[in-house]
Amino acid sequence: MSAIDELYQEMIIEHNRNPRNFRTIDDATHTAEGFNPICGDHFHVYLTVDAEGRIEDIAFEGKGCAISKASASMMTQILKGKTETEARELFDQFHKLATGELDPDQQGKDLGKLAVFSGVSKFPARVKCAVLSWHTMSSALDHVKVISTE
Amino acid sequence: MTSTSTLQAAAGAPAATRYDVQRVRAQFPALAQTIYENKPLVYLDNAATTLKPTPVVDVIAKHYAMEASNIHRGLHYLSERATQAYEGARRRVAGFINAESEAEIIFTSGTTAAINLVALGHEALLRKGDEIVISHMEHHSNIVPWQMLRDRLGVVLKVVPINDDGELILEAYEKMLSPRTRIVSMNYVSNSLGTVNPIKAVVDAARAAGAITLVDAAQAVSTRPVDVQALGCDFLAFSGHKLFGPTGVGVLYGRRERLEAMPPVFGGGDMIANVTFDKTTYNTIPHKFEAGTANIAGVIGLGRAVEYVQALGLGPIAEHEADLLGYATQRLSDVPGVRIIGTAGDKVAIISFIVGDVHAHDVGSILDQDGVAIRAGHHCTQPVMDRFGVPATARASFSIYNTRTDVDALVSAVTKVKDLFG
Ligand SMILES: Cc1ncc(COP(=O)(O)O)c(C=O)c1O
Repeated sequence: MSAIDELYQEMIIEHNRNPRNFRTIDDATHTAEGFNPICGDHFHVYLTVDAEGRIEDIAFEGKGCAISKASASMMTQILKGKTETEARELFDQFHKLATGELDPDQQGKDLGKLAVFSGVSKFPARVKCAVLSWHTMSSALDHVKVISTE
Repeated sequence: MTSTSTLQAAAGAPAATRYDVQRVRAQFPALAQTIYENKPLVYLDNAATTLKPTPVVDVIAKHYAMEASNIHRGLHYLSERATQAYEGARRRVAGFINAESEAEIIFTSGTTAAINLVALGHEALLRKGDEIVISHMEHHSNIVPWQMLRDRLGVVLKVVPINDDGELILEAYEKMLSPRTRIVSMNYVSNSLGTVNPIKAVVDAARAAGAITLVDAAQAVSTRPVDVQALGCDFLAFSGHKLFGPTGVGVLYGRRERLEAMPPVFGGGDMIANVTFDKTTYNTIPHKFEAGTANIAGVIGLGRAVEYVQALGLGPIAEHEADLLGYATQRLSDVPGVRIIGTAGDKVAIISFIVGDVHAHDVGSILDQDGVAIRAGHHCTQPVMDRFGVPATARASFSIYNTRTDVDALVSAVTKVKDLFG
């Protein structure tokens, strides 16, 4: 597979076209806004976290490239039902996957389908696209309202 | 392998080359490399920065290797030689834009620094309620310095609108001028739309209104002859790195009376005539505005780059690029889903475009893997993106060494975007 086909795997193209949980949550307990000033990607992430720290619902909206949008979409799928602690651990693993520090075949079984983002590591300029929604999610959990990655 | 000339013949029309492009290409070693898996480099990001020809690289290396020393200060041989090379570059730049005197050429770190210098230099001359006029298609470097003045001084910033083709609406501009207009600062050529503004008319109207004029010529000086006396502008700014010269060096031209009236902005060595703790007297222009040790090697490199451009001739360069613009516009327009943003009647070879609803960054990555270097983003012109309702565009910008074969490579890579994203 060429590097470009590895970057734009079928699943990424599909999530870009039909993003899941692409909506707002009016009574969200946590929200944050994430920007990438260089490319103009801009997302809102909404979470409803229950008293036990479990993510009951998670959604996102905004504009961005295929990588950032598909990443946000698949993040919402995997995080629904997870605890805050698990979400942060997954972010850490996902970050390592995107930067090439984690081999999806050896480690990172928890990431499941997110392994399709391993191709991003060959495109240093695109790593920030893949992690934007994750940064935004973790800022929301930290009660930080706006973040900007570069 | 197919030769360039066969490919060009296959593309239908002969290349309208007024100089030997292959000889020019041979002076840019970067173009001879292959990237990724043996892809020839197709460099179409010239509006961001141009590649550097061997003579420019060599003169910089020679300065550092053989004559590195400070200027205007040493009595010794090397310092004298470096000073002569530096001041020689100033004379060359003065001739290039037809300044009346080389004293009107100030070396800065680039266009951005030049615009900021004019803005800061006029701070004391502006009053609350005074008006500054810019256009909707300015680079951020010709927006933010004026906003900063506005926020400090309470001056009013007015923005001339543009039409759907990305052209300045001249009538709106003329109506905007008033006795309160103190400064008009506008780009000659837009870096994101490619539009060539009717800059002479802009300057004439501003002068008639008694306003000071600053022309951002960052994208102009490499694409057309620029004559500051014919334009009649007070200030004009450009960068070395978009003109085949090094990064970190640029020019502020200022008409003598204006420079003499403007207070210095940075204080330090070189810009003074005499210093005591009670009182400092300033050096004459242009030195008054060049505090501290300058980018000596950069200035010398810029001087050599200007010489290089003069030898090719801006007329032939403009013709060459007009051919590429016409060919690329037509070929890209033929690709289904491609929309060109910036369709002014008078344009340079800069083409901003979008491919269906695919984000420009995805387009950029796909093209890059094919060896085609373009820029994707807002190009430091966010208001232009907002005006056209897009978050970003892909931008191909052509220069002296590009060919129709490069255009073909671009179009073939853009077609792959369509294949991948369906
Ligand atoms: C029209 C225009 N103005 C100003 C600038 C800023 O130039 P520099 O970054 O070299 O200071 C640019 C460069 O992108 C430009 O294209």
